[in-house]
Amino acid sequence: MRMVFLTGQSRLRTMACLVLLGVASVPALAQAQSANVAEGQKLAFDRSKGNCLTCHDIKGGNLAGTIGPALVDIKSKYPDRKELVAIVSDETKRNPTTVMPPFGRNHILTEQEINAVVDFLQTL
Amino acid sequence: MTMRRLSGVALAGLAIAVTLFAAPPAATAADTPNPPADLKAFQKYFKDKFPKVKFEDFVNGPYSMDEGLYKQWKEKEEFPPYEFALDLGKELMAKPFKNGKTLADCFPNKGIGIRQDYPHFDAKQGKVITLELAVNQCREANGEEPYSYTKDEMAAVTAYMAFTSRGKVFDVKIPDDPRALAAYENGKRYFYTRRGQLNFSCATCHVQSPGERIRAEVLAPALGILNAMPIYRSEWSGMGTTSRRFTSCNSQVRGVPLKPQDEEYRDLEYYLSYVSNGLPISGPGARP
Ligand code: HEC
Ligand code: HEC
Repeated sequence: MRMVFLTGQSRLRTMACLVLLGVASVPALAQAQSANVAEGQKLAFDRSKGNCLTCHDIKGGNLAGTIGPALVDIKSKYPDRKELVAIVSDETKRNPTTVMPPFGRNHILTEQEINAVVDFLQTL
Repeated sequence: MTMRRLSGVALAGLAIAVTLFAAPPAATAADTPNPPADLKAFQKYFKDKFPKVKFEDFVNGPYSMDEGLYKQWKEKEEFPPYEFALDLGKELMAKPFKNGKTLADCFPNKGIGIRQDYPHFDAKQGKVITLELAVNQCREANGEEPYSYTKDEMAAVTAYMAFTSRGKVFDVKIPDDPRALAAYENGKRYFYTRRGQLNFSCATCHVQSPGERIRAEVLAPALGILNAMPIYRSEWSGMGTTSRRFTSCNSQVRGVPLKPQDEEYRDLEYYLSYVSNGLPISGPGARP
């Protein structure tokens, strides 16, 4: 439980399925959108994927670390999603000494996965 | 919040640290190794970052960083979980090998009160000798099987040696020998080099983020980080040596750990111990 970066299966997988079922009757676009948000949250919380809770307090997660700032008001702080994609892909570009891992550059997350994470970030 | 704190003076300090320490080993004049200057800058960085922490308290790892934890720890010390290891260690030091000699015979003062002198640079072997390596060299020289480096007997004998050295300050020397200086530089480079898929160096966690929580764990400062080794960890349900901690920290960052007592790990231990000179041995430690 304590091992910081060891793989742990996310309980959110089941939750993501429920969300998918729940939105089955709404229009296709909204459906794709919220599926992406749920997927993004799952990726962000999954210890073998984003594992963002290691460093960031994020609504809906627990046992968050304090190395990075709490992720709040992200939508208003970064209205342009490109900025968020850039931060998650490789924050060392903005800040060479950052401790945040370069999720895109080091292939921890795929481009598609980063997009889902950013969809989720935009709900914060 | 971290960023706010890191952003001012500390970040400037770090930028210097990063350029100074992470510089490639090119032999330009500006890069001339200067361990005493490193030590001063290193200790100053932590003193400035944590003005409220007493200097001797840096040896208590995560406990020095968090008042709540500090209290829990003081309570735990009343029934220290490493006690059994001390008894075993004492016994193993005195137990005769097949040839009649003992582990104690291999060490100055029978291994009592000498922890602070390790690692040292051995001119004959041309390499850094850590306490763990010295224990196994002794066993092998006397026809015995080496101990596993990570726990059990090795943790027990090093725990006993640390315990009998408590309060003595780290006194690691870098002799006037280019090989010793090269080993020190190599350890320093290892410490500041980012690696693994997550792009972390040892310094990312233990210089840039001590006192912060990584999930639920409070990160220990790099200053004094070896003074309490070996440690009992509830998470391990047992004791672990410096070798065990190094390899597990490497695995945490999805890096490939080196073999225990690999040259790089010994050099790393040499560097980290040297920059903690002046701080008392506090081992064995107990951790959550
Ligand atoms: C090891 C620590 C660490 C991990 C893991 C981490 N971050 Fe960060 N993150 C930071 C730090 C520290 C900052 C502050 C900015 C900097 O250092 O450049 C930051 C900044 C951010 C910001 C900008 C926040 C703001 O208010 O400006 C966002 C957005 C962000 N991270 C998202 C993520 C996401 C999404 C993940 C997981 C996929 C993640 N982070 C994983 C350490 C981390
Ligand atoms: C991703 C973060 C991270 C990185 C990178 C990291 N460590 Fe650690 N380290 C930890 C955590 C978490 C602990 C347990 C809590 C603590 O004591 O700091 C720890 C503990 C330790 C301890 C024991 C401290 C004590 O008092 O209990 C030592 C020694 C140590 N690390 C050395 C290293 C070295 C050397 C490296 C590089 C090879 C390294 N660490 C890299 C996270 C990290």
